[in-house]
Amino acid sequence: MSTTLLDVRGVTKRYEGLLAVDGVDLGVAEGEILGVIGPNGAGKTTLFNCLTGLEVPTAGEIRFRGSVLGGRPDRFTRAGVARTFQNIRLFPHMSAFENVLVGRHCRTHVGIASAIGRGPKFRREEGESRAKAEELLDFVGLRRSAGAMARNLSYGDQRRLEIARALASEPGLLLLDEPRAGMNAQETRAAAELVRRIRDRGVAVAVIEHDMRFIFGLCDRVAVLVQGRKLVEGTPAEVQADPRVIEAYLGAPTG
Amino acid sequence: MTGRGRLALVVGGAVALVVGSVSPWATFAGFPGKMSLGGFPGGARLFALLLAAAAVLGLVDIAGRRRALLAAGLGAVAVIGVNGVALVDQGGGVGGVAWGAWLALAGAGLLVAAARALPAEPAAELRPRVPAVAEVAALCAGLLILLGTVVWALRINESSRFVSFLVFVATVAVVAHHLGLFAWLSELSDRHRRTVVLASAAVAVAFPFTQQGNAYWIRVFASIGVFAVAAIGLNVVVGLAGLLDLGYVAFFGVGAYVGALLANASLTTVHVHVPFVLVIFLGGGIAAAFGLVIGAPTLRLRGDYLAIVTLGFGEIFRITANNWDGLTRGPNGISGVPDLHAAGVNFGEAHTVLGVSLPGFANYYFLELVLLAAAILVFTRLNDSRIGRAWVAIREDELAAAASGVDTIRLKLLAFAIGAFLAGCAGTVNAHVTTQVSPDSYTFLESILLVAAVVLGGMGTVPGALLGSAALFVLPEKLRSFQDKRLLLFGAALILLMRFRPEGLVPSRRRQRELREEAPEGLPGLAGATGAPPGSPVG
Repeated sequence: MSTTLLDVRGVTKRYEGLLAVDGVDLGVAEGEILGVIGPNGAGKTTLFNCLTGLEVPTAGEIRFRGSVLGGRPDRFTRAGVARTFQNIRLFPHMSAFENVLVGRHCRTHVGIASAIGRGPKFRREEGESRAKAEELLDFVGLRRSAGAMARNLSYGDQRRLEIARALASEPGLLLLDEPRAGMNAQETRAAAELVRRIRDRGVAVAVIEHDMRFIFGLCDRVAVLVQGRKLVEGTPAEVQADPRVIEAYLGAPTG
Repeated sequence: MTGRGRLALVVGGAVALVVGSVSPWATFAGFPGKMSLGGFPGGARLFALLLAAAAVLGLVDIAGRRRALLAAGLGAVAVIGVNGVALVDQGGGVGGVAWGAWLALAGAGLLVAAARALPAEPAAELRPRVPAVAEVAALCAGLLILLGTVVWALRINESSRFVSFLVFVATVAVVAHHLGLFAWLSELSDRHRRTVVLASAAVAVAFPFTQQGNAYWIRVFASIGVFAVAAIGLNVVVGLAGLLDLGYVAFFGVGAYVGALLANASLTTVHVHVPFVLVIFLGGGIAAAFGLVIGAPTLRLRGDYLAIVTLGFGEIFRITANNWDGLTRGPNGISGVPDLHAAGVNFGEAHTVLGVSLPGFANYYFLELVLLAAAILVFTRLNDSRIGRAWVAIREDELAAAASGVDTIRLKLLAFAIGAFLAGCAGTVNAHVTTQVSPDSYTFLESILLVAAVVLGGMGTVPGALLGSAALFVLPEKLRSFQDKRLLLFGAALILLMRFRPEGLVPSRRRQRELREEAPEGLPGLAGATGAPPGSPVG
């Protein structure tokens, strides 16, 4: 097995009166697509929030490329963990192009003096950012919508733009929170294809999804969360065959 | 309605408005503009007469004419109404209004009726194909007209006539807007950006030469310049980063005290004289340091909480200045701040340039222009860089910005510090312009006025900040005869503006989109942008 990119040990998130994530261990290897499934309320999004700094875990440790992650969300992004949101969160009144450029922020360094002076460093960096943003819009298939305001894009395009913005920060691992929610069959196939192409760029992907067929067809490995705990982890075939998973989803057989 | 009926309305309205405008409006002598006499369009009657020209719109078939004619008619009604109220007030009742005013009112009413009879139509799109030289000429002509109008308007002394003038200008602006003129001009100025910047600078430099040695308005405009620099600084904080700062004037005050204390004023506590080139950066720097001190603990707060904390800081500054006798001389303040001496120029002296004598305040005016140009440069260049984009991203969705790798705390601090720096620089100059600094200049009301200038002009744009601060200074000067009711009128004007043009006079395109566009149907995605935070434990 290839080297471990993300190493999650015993991450726990406790709210008052609710244990949302309970001692989850999880690993993502380089170049891997990992699926995270589970019934509603299993703690999938909370786990992702812990992995991207939006929530501070009550206990546990998150290591990325060997070093411990912590602090505010931008630190996680800078370290190389980018994400999209379950309820799309673009910058609605910026153009698609500008949205992607914001994603370049943590990979660019021009300060106020250089931005005001417009020296060669500024021009070079800005040019690189623009080229990169164009390339990413092209990659997700939004080249022609570059100038459109984000809120005016179709639902599927907004999801793809969010992915382009996340990729702009040059992540090693991309976390997708329900990337196919609200999509039809054709868009879902395109989304799966996009995820594979992201992996082919050398970016590992972790996907939260309800759609079993989508996950089992796409992922190298699948982890099942139930009531905040990791129930099973393995290849799609192993997970599909596991009676505990069937029980968690359909309930225990009676009688 | 038939075409012939409409024609009758238009022609009848225009004739009545023209005849009414050159006929007596007052039954008593002594009203400004010799309004009791007929035969010429004296006083505010001129505005009504000029608006009658819009009747042409009822005869030619161009896009946007319906709304434009409607605006012109209503504007004429408003001009007559303003003067009517003044006439009733001074003439002791309705008897003070002469037949000319009634006739003109009827004419304006007919024009409104004619406009309403016109068929509804799509908005105008003015795209004349003219050579680039003509485009540049149009832009320069527009700026010259602006300068001429300003110079002419400043000579209007009577309040009722000035209000009539404002109504007239607003009406012309609305008419031009409906005919697509502004959209065209803004497109042109995008295309000829360098020319517009140079021409605007030339117009600004030319202003003191139009005042024939009179210092009054140059002094007012120097104050506007100071205020505009501060407004641009506030625009970074409010307009770009979206942080509501209700104590911003305190940074301005810090700069003013630094400027006054280091200038060896006659009534002061610190007897040193530091060169102004240093003082201006020192004032800005100390204000920025205060910005960081206030910002570091508070910028973790969101929205309303930040506003309250900054409001508190503004009050703390004022109360401290009021009580720290050893440094600020308490309520007496620092006074007798001497004129600036910099680069071999005594800023208090009058100069003669090109045969035109310029009063001493012109020096400050020019200094302000330089400072303003610097502030504009800082604002526009930062706005169009990774820093500006990050600020706008924070304003749009702070959490998404953080998740996209923007160090939100650091950038908010930066916005706060730059805003404070600009205010501090402006403050140091202001200490010399006003020659004294005292705590009562830095009240909560001043902070509110600064925020009002930014919002009124249009958040996130330079022309907006300039226009807003100019309006905030010139209007109170011109409305002096209303005395205590000035703020009341001003508040009413703000409410009306926010009702009919919430994005401000010169909005940024992005801000206009935010406020005007309804959420398109079938796009549920962004509804979540303001919805529940993703930290909800469901998942």
